[in-house]
Amino acid sequence: MTETIENTRTRGHSEEPLLSVRDLTVTFTRQGEKPFVAVDGVSFDVRPGQTVGLVGESGCGKSVTSLAIMGLLPQRGVRVEGEVLYGGTNLLTQSKEQMRDRRGRDLGMIFQDPLSSLNPVVPIGVQVTEVLERHKGLSRKAATPLAREMLDKVGIPDPNRRLKDYPHQLSGGMRQRALIAMALACAPKVLIADEPTTALDVTIQAQILALLKELVEDSGTALVMITHDLGVVAGLVDRINVLYAGRIVERGDRHPLFAQPRHPYTHGLLSSIPRLDGERGTKLTPIPGSVSDNLPWANACAFAPRCSQPIDVCVEKTPEFVEDGPRALRCHNPVEVSR
Amino acid sequence: MSNPLNPDNLDPRNKKQRIDELAAGSGGTATLTVDDAGHIEESTGVSLIASAWRRLRRNPVFLLGAGITLLFVLLAIFAPLIAPHDPTKGLLLDKVRPQSNPVPGPEAGFPLGADTSGRDVLSRLIVGSRQTLIVGVFATLFGLAGGMSLGVLAGAFSGWVDSLVMRIVDVMLSIPSLLLAVSIAALASRPSQWTVIIAIATVQVPIFARLLRGSMLAQRSSDHVLAARALGVKRSAIVFRHMLPNSLGPVIVQATLVIAGAIIDAAALSFLGLGNPDDRQPEWGQMLGKAQNNIFDNPALAIWPALCIIVVALGFTLMGESLREALDPKSRR
Ligand SMILES: Nc1ncnc2c1ncn2[C@@H]1O[C@H](COP(=O)(O)OP(=O)(O)OP(=O)(O)O)[C@@H](O)[C@H]1O
Ligand code: SF4
Ligand SMILES: [Mg+2]
Repeated sequence: MTETIENTRTRGHSEEPLLSVRDLTVTFTRQGEKPFVAVDGVSFDVRPGQTVGLVGESGCGKSVTSLAIMGLLPQRGVRVEGEVLYGGTNLLTQSKEQMRDRRGRDLGMIFQDPLSSLNPVVPIGVQVTEVLERHKGLSRKAATPLAREMLDKVGIPDPNRRLKDYPHQLSGGMRQRALIAMALACAPKVLIADEPTTALDVTIQAQILALLKELVEDSGTALVMITHDLGVVAGLVDRINVLYAGRIVERGDRHPLFAQPRHPYTHGLLSSIPRLDGERGTKLTPIPGSVSDNLPWANACAFAPRCSQPIDVCVEKTPEFVEDGPRALRCHNPVEVSR
Repeated sequence: MSNPLNPDNLDPRNKKQRIDELAAGSGGTATLTVDDAGHIEESTGVSLIASAWRRLRRNPVFLLGAGITLLFVLLAIFAPLIAPHDPTKGLLLDKVRPQSNPVPGPEAGFPLGADTSGRDVLSRLIVGSRQTLIVGVFATLFGLAGGMSLGVLAGAFSGWVDSLVMRIVDVMLSIPSLLLAVSIAALASRPSQWTVIIAIATVQVPIFARLLRGSMLAQRSSDHVLAARALGVKRSAIVFRHMLPNSLGPVIVQATLVIAGAIIDAAALSFLGLGNPDDRQPEWGQMLGKAQNNIFDNPALAIWPALCIIVVALGFTLMGESLREALDPKSRR
C-alpha cells in the first residue's frame, strides 16, 4: 500500500491533495451478527478544485465511505480503520467536538433526498442562517442577508420570499438548491454530494449538476461526487473511482476511463447506459445478476459470478489493485484495449 | 373507542407496546399520499397539519367529540352564570325527610331535584364541571411537562442516561395506574384537588416519557437530522430545533386522550374519598361517591354525575382518536 500512496502523491498534479482517504475500512459489528465489511481498504485523493467521482451500484459502500469521511457513522457497532487526511490532519482521530466544528465549515455534504433532508417544521431561511450562526458566530439578523445572497447564488428565484417558506412549499429542484446553499454557506473546501440528483427528474438533474459544476469551479471547492449512474457524472468529474463490494476496482481520469474501461464491471456499467455518440441500434446490455451473488473478496474476485469473462484464477485468488500512472485496476483478466 | 392507554384493562407489556406503536406512527417525516382525485400530494410538517385539519373538518366523529368538549368547556367557564341556583345552599332542605324522603325529587325550578342536603343537583352538576375539567387539564399538563422532560432527556442522550430514565419509566408503567394514583393520593395528609392532580399527573409521566422518547429516536435516525449534523449544528439545536418539534405529533394526540383518562381517574379518586373532602365545592366523582348511600332508592343521584363523566370522557376520546387517525400516515386513504 505504501507504494500506492507514493504513486498517487507524485502524479502529474502539482498541488497536494486536500482530502486524502487512505486504506479506509469500515466494518459493521452488530451484536449477534457476523462482522460486515462495507468499505474495504479504499484510498483516493481529492485535490483543490478537482471533482472526483465515486461510482458503483447500490450497496457497494458509497454512502458509508462519505459518512466515514464526515464522521457521521453511528458511534456504536461500527469500526473505522485507515486514515482520512484533511490538510494533513487525520479526521478519524479528531474528537466529536472538533469534527462538529469542521462539518459545515471545512467539509460540506448534500444528500440524495432533498425533501426528507430538510427539517419540515423550520423555514428555509432559518435552516440556512443556522449554519452561518453556528460557524461564523453571526446573529440571526446579521446572517439573514448572507442567507438571501446564498439562495440567490444557487438560483432560487425571489429569495426574500423563499426565506420564509417551508420545505414543502418548494419544488424538488429548489429544495436541492436550498440544501446546496446550506452546505456551501460557509464555503467548505470539500463538498461531498451523495447522489444529489437521484431523487429529481431528468431536466432538473441536469440543472443541479450544472449548478454544482459552476459553484465548485468558481470557488475552487473540491467535489466528491457519488453516484450509481456513470452517465450522470460524465460531464462533471475529472477522475472516477469505480467501487465494487466495498473495494475500488478501477480508477482513472474521465476520458481514458470512459473511452477504454478495463475492468469488466466498469465496462458493463458503460454498456448499460445509452450513449449519444453510439451507433444506432447498439444494444444496451445490463450487468446480469445482483449484489447478492457476490463472493467474499478473500481468495476470489467478488464480481466473478457476474463477470462476463472470468478465468479460473478469479475464484482462487484476490485480484491485486495495480496502479499504472493515473490508471489503476483490480482484475485478473481485464478487458482488452480495442483500437 | 375506549382510551387505548386506559391502563386498567391492559397488562404492562401491552401498555408499552401500545405506546411504542404510537411513537412509531409519528408524523414529521415526509410521506407521499395519493388523494381521492388521484394526484400525488407531498406532505410534511405544516402541510401534514393542514391536510389533517382538512380531513378532520369533515369527520363527524371529530365534530361530535369537539362539540361535546366545547359544550363542557363553555359550561365550566360560565358555570356561575348558567347554574340556576347556588350549588352550596340547601334550598330544598325543608323537603328532606331523612326517613321517608331523603332525596327531594324534581320540582318547578329544580328539574333534577336536590341531594340529601337539599342542594340543587343541576346546579351542582354544572358547577362541578369546573373541578372536573381543571383536574383533567392540569393533571395532563403536569404529566405532559414531567413526561416530556424525561422523554427529551432519554431521546437526546443515548447510552446510560437513556437506559436509566427508561428503567424508571418502565417500573412506573408496570404498576397499574389507578393503584399508583391511589397510593400517591393516599400519601397526602390533607387530600385536596391538588393531591388528585399530582397523583394523576404522576401516572401520566411515564406514558408521555416513553412516547416522546420513541418518536425522538425515530427522528434521530431521520434524514434531516443527519443533514443537520452534516452541517455541524450543535447538539442542543439538533434536539430542540430538529428532533423535538418533529416528535410532538403523537404526544399531542396522546394528551387529548389522556385528558379523558384523567377525568375518569380523578372521579375514581374522589369517589374513593381521596379527593377534596369539602363538598361545598361540587365535583362529579365526589357526588357519585355520596350518592352510593341512596343508590337503590334514588339511582338518579348517581346516574347524573356518572353520565356527565362518561360524556365528557367520550368527547375527549372521540376527539383524540380522530386526531390520531388524521395524523397517522398509515390510516390515510
Ligand atoms: N448502519 C449500518 N449497519 C449495518 N450495515 C450497514 C449500515 N449502513 C450501511 N450498511 C451496509 O453497508 C453496505 C454499503 O451501504 P451504503 O449505504 O454505503 O451503500 P451505497 O453504495 O450508498 O448504496 P446506495 O446506492 O443504495 O445508496 C450495504 O450493504 C449496507 O447494508
Ligand atoms: S478478476 Fe476475473 S472475475 Fe473479477 S472482474 Fe476481473 S476477470 Fe472478472
Ligand atoms: Mg447511498
